[in-house]
Amino acid sequence: MPSLRIPTPLRTYTDGQAELALQGSNVAEVMDDLVVHYPALRPHLFNGNGQLRPFVNLFLNEDNVKDLQGMETPLKNSDRLMLIPSIAGGV
Amino acid sequence: MLPSLSHEEILRYSRHLLIHEVGLEGQRKLLAASVLVIGTGGLGSPVALYLAAAGVGRIGLVDYDVVDYSNLQRQVIHGMSSLDELKVESARRRMLDINPDIQVDVYNEPFTSENAKRIAEPYDIIIDGTDNFPTRYLTNDLCVLTGKPNVYGSIFRFEGQVSVFYAREGPCYRCLFPEPPPPGLVPSCAEGGVLGVLPGTIGTLQATEALKLILGIGQPMIGKLMLYNALDMSFDFVKLRKNPNCKVCGPNPEVTGLIDYEAFCGVPSHDHEEGTVGGGWDISAGELAERLKEGNHLRLIDVREPHELEISRLEDAVLIPLGQLAGRMSELDSAEEMVLFCKSGTRSARALELLASAGFRKMKNLKGGINAWAREVDPSLPIY
Repeated sequence: MPSLRIPTPLRTYTDGQAELALQGSNVAEVMDDLVVHYPALRPHLFNGNGQLRPFVNLFLNEDNVKDLQGMETPLKNSDRLMLIPSIAGGV
Repeated sequence: MLPSLSHEEILRYSRHLLIHEVGLEGQRKLLAASVLVIGTGGLGSPVALYLAAAGVGRIGLVDYDVVDYSNLQRQVIHGMSSLDELKVESARRRMLDINPDIQVDVYNEPFTSENAKRIAEPYDIIIDGTDNFPTRYLTNDLCVLTGKPNVYGSIFRFEGQVSVFYAREGPCYRCLFPEPPPPGLVPSCAEGGVLGVLPGTIGTLQATEALKLILGIGQPMIGKLMLYNALDMSFDFVKLRKNPNCKVCGPNPEVTGLIDYEAFCGVPSHDHEEGTVGGGWDISAGELAERLKEGNHLRLIDVREPHELEISRLEDAVLIPLGQLAGRMSELDSAEEMVLFCKSGTRSARALELLASAGFRKMKNLKGGINAWAREVDPSLPIY
């Protein structure tokens, strides 16, 4: 199953889990599986139209899925997705 | 014309001179270089210390805060002797102690759309060591508009990010994050905490990138983002591409001058009264104590995390961490008067807004949180 890395600010919504194994053959299916298991994440990741919110970046291995085929990007079992959040801390 | 080195300087920088990628000419470039460090806190501390030690000839520091006791866990440029002193002055003293041959300019003012161009004008490179979204977007846009590289670092708890946003050669911060997250989604380090050594790791990497840019050596992190997690000891690198629709560095920019970044981010960056909601929704610790003494029935709701109860707690308070509140509203009675609190009032202000949007009306936010209670009502509680 493809895996998804959850950044620290969003782990509150995944029972503290950092890396999740999820079902799906493309990015959209994996993200659906994610919010089925962790519904509290949905408003943080998607807007009302079901699109990824602009401050959320999803990378497949090294590439932003926006630079691939977006939510339709196909996934292999060995693929690793990473959610990259906006964080602002510095002091 | 690059400056020449005195005998003392040759001895001071001998370990640089021995590396052929730096050498005498590289050291002269460093002495001729100028770098502006925005923020002299967690990230700014190692950045300023290492740039001073490396012999960067002119370093500007922007900060408007004073050194607080709770800074010393990570802001290693400051010490006990500089408590309550201006951060920029404390930092300058320490930098000149390391290296009296450099010039340190201090700007004891918030970095704003009004003064940013004036402050940044003399510097070649800008280092973003701020702690809020408005200043990060301001720094980015300023760098794009003036053609300067922005050495970016950001931290949260155990996680850090590093990149060089240089729009002339690659993407900018807005290409990656076109819009900030809604207020309250990402807590600040003051509310969410940070491992003290984390800004050391990330700030040192920012200093490294600045030195590479000045020296013109190696592969700068332009078009790359590094993600560090201290718990996993993982370093991940991802590729960043220029966003053709970027509103500031794209071919058809909408942002052609500095804007109101507080309005853009929906949060204040400077001089706001922390830990308040405003509009009559707040109650001071003194007022709350008075009302409890009068025998008013008030339901106290603690929206902190469970481990914070080990530090301080209020009797009879019900714990509902902010992250669980949306799913636990059914436990609350909208007819009962509630007082929400957290450490310093920021999270409880968010909690109040969340409850207000769900129709709750009889509630107040404890202004300044349990820390204000400890300060004004019950000094037996510690402040954290």
